[in-house]
Amino acid sequence: MTMNEQLTEIWVFGDYRNYFQNRVTLQLLSRGVELAQKTGATVCAVVFGHEVDEWVGEYIAHGADRVLVIDHPELKQYKMETYVNLMVQLIEDLNPDIILIGATNFGREFAPRIAKRMQTGLSADCVGLDINEDGIMVQTAPSFGGNVLAEIITPECRPQMATIRPGTFQEIPHNYERTGEVVKLELPDNLPEERVKLVQSERSTQRFQRIEEAKVVVCGGRGMGSKKKFRKLAELAALMNAEIGATRPVIYANWIESEALIGQAGKNIKPKVLFSFGISGAIQHTAAIKNAEFIIAVNKNPKAPMMAMADIAIVADANQVCTAMIKELKRRIR
Amino acid sequence: MVSELPWDPKTGTLKRALVDGMINPACRHALEAALILKNEHPTEITVITMGPPIAEEVLREALAMGADRGILISDSKIAGADTLATSKILADAIKTACPDFDLVLCGCHTSDSETAQVGPQITEELNVPGIAYVDQLELNNRSLRIQRLSDGFTETLDMPLPGLITVTTQQNAPRYISLSGLEDAFSEADITCLDLNDIGLNSGLTGSDRSPTRILRVYSPVTEKDNTVMRGSAGKIVQQLFDQFDDKIGGAIGKDIKEHQS
Repeated sequence: MTMNEQLTEIWVFGDYRNYFQNRVTLQLLSRGVELAQKTGATVCAVVFGHEVDEWVGEYIAHGADRVLVIDHPELKQYKMETYVNLMVQLIEDLNPDIILIGATNFGREFAPRIAKRMQTGLSADCVGLDINEDGIMVQTAPSFGGNVLAEIITPECRPQMATIRPGTFQEIPHNYERTGEVVKLELPDNLPEERVKLVQSERSTQRFQRIEEAKVVVCGGRGMGSKKKFRKLAELAALMNAEIGATRPVIYANWIESEALIGQAGKNIKPKVLFSFGISGAIQHTAAIKNAEFIIAVNKNPKAPMMAMADIAIVADANQVCTAMIKELKRRIR
Repeated sequence: MVSELPWDPKTGTLKRALVDGMINPACRHALEAALILKNEHPTEITVITMGPPIAEEVLREALAMGADRGILISDSKIAGADTLATSKILADAIKTACPDFDLVLCGCHTSDSETAQVGPQITEELNVPGIAYVDQLELNNRSLRIQRLSDGFTETLDMPLPGLITVTTQQNAPRYISLSGLEDAFSEADITCLDLNDIGLNSGLTGSDRSPTRILRVYSPVTEKDNTVMRGSAGKIVQQLFDQFDDKIGGAIGKDIKEHQS
């Protein structure tokens, strides 16, 4: 193990596809800046695409010291194999110490392929990042059935890589006075052809939820009882201008689409008020809601971990309380 | 609940030998997708898993669902493998047991660690095209057309075979296992057990040696608040909740929920 390793460069992958809905790249730049301050490293965003000047400017305004850009019509749409090839070539040329990638669907497919090519370690869907006294990045990720957190390091191989759950860190407010170095690179002409062909790509007709930013979230778990009963949460959420979240078992049971997943492989939230219905509270889920300001949990089991972290623990049937809330809100709101 | 989990606090790794051998949910959907493909395109389905001897139960369950043969990679040297090491072992097992494969299907993630990394890493190791988080698939002339929901986009993609996909739990609901199928799977199952030597990984390196990651510690974060507990009938609780916290809740939802005297 290298003792007191001096970091020189932290890279953040510029995942701009849902820039306005998903701020994970900005959140990683922000954490990158904090980690860099401990070690004197620079923070560098890596952007592939076409006509991406807007994102390059945004990344500098949000903390990047440097942006590596490959701008080419060929890169207009995200292409997995091509992006992997480009990233691997850049890593081999420039030897970054750390690469942070948002745990979006794309990022979670992209990162392991890069790590495999580089024969280095990768932790998944982290909820914490730090630098230890040896200058090594400590990556905190939920693990083992979602009941514990694990601190993971990659002591020897480089780069150290992690995917990070959206919503884990706070972005730095933009400052358009900030300046940074923009390094424009050519698209290499020896790139292998993409084997997977994109036939069609459309924004999903489902409204893209901005649950990470929502002030009020209504979250439901298996304790709601059935798909039909779970749907009542939508009525309650509509009355409160709230977004709906769900736990893993609910997604598995197909009561709601996977976009609603709160927790590991899903989203982190920080609402002012969180209503939690019929959720027992595996850490996969609770790690994602720990920044909620005020939690009202409903569960038949007073000893459920979710009840212990709630401000108000209601010992009752989740479905009945949901129904009663709808009725009472309709009466009160005028 | 942590005490019930078979993880070893010294090494921070899961004692998989103690976890019951049930097919991981996403892998069950992957197998179902394979069985549906086989209906229209006759082929042989091989199920491969890696783990302690008890993992054979997973293969029997898969055979009962309709897979043709099972391969168990079991070796005491596997212990401590991270995703990079696991993907190497599984890819080498595929090369040994199914050198002429057309399609590899994986569950998009396991329910124990949910890294979702092994599938994409096997893709790289096999050097074939690959697509993760597949919801629907359809095979036409050695080209697989898939649909998936990725970061808010509905994507349609074409992938030539041979290739690898990882399958979500959104489609391909697994079939029920018939009793006769289950009996057959236990009486005349075609299961082969291979160790690392058999798949050409005889360098003496352990799973842990092959893994660039190390686990420093594993802990259970405890969050206990000094909270208010409410009990009683749903209607009464809700009244009380809205009376007591009308400002807080009303403020957050942007509506006046104060009880008005009428």
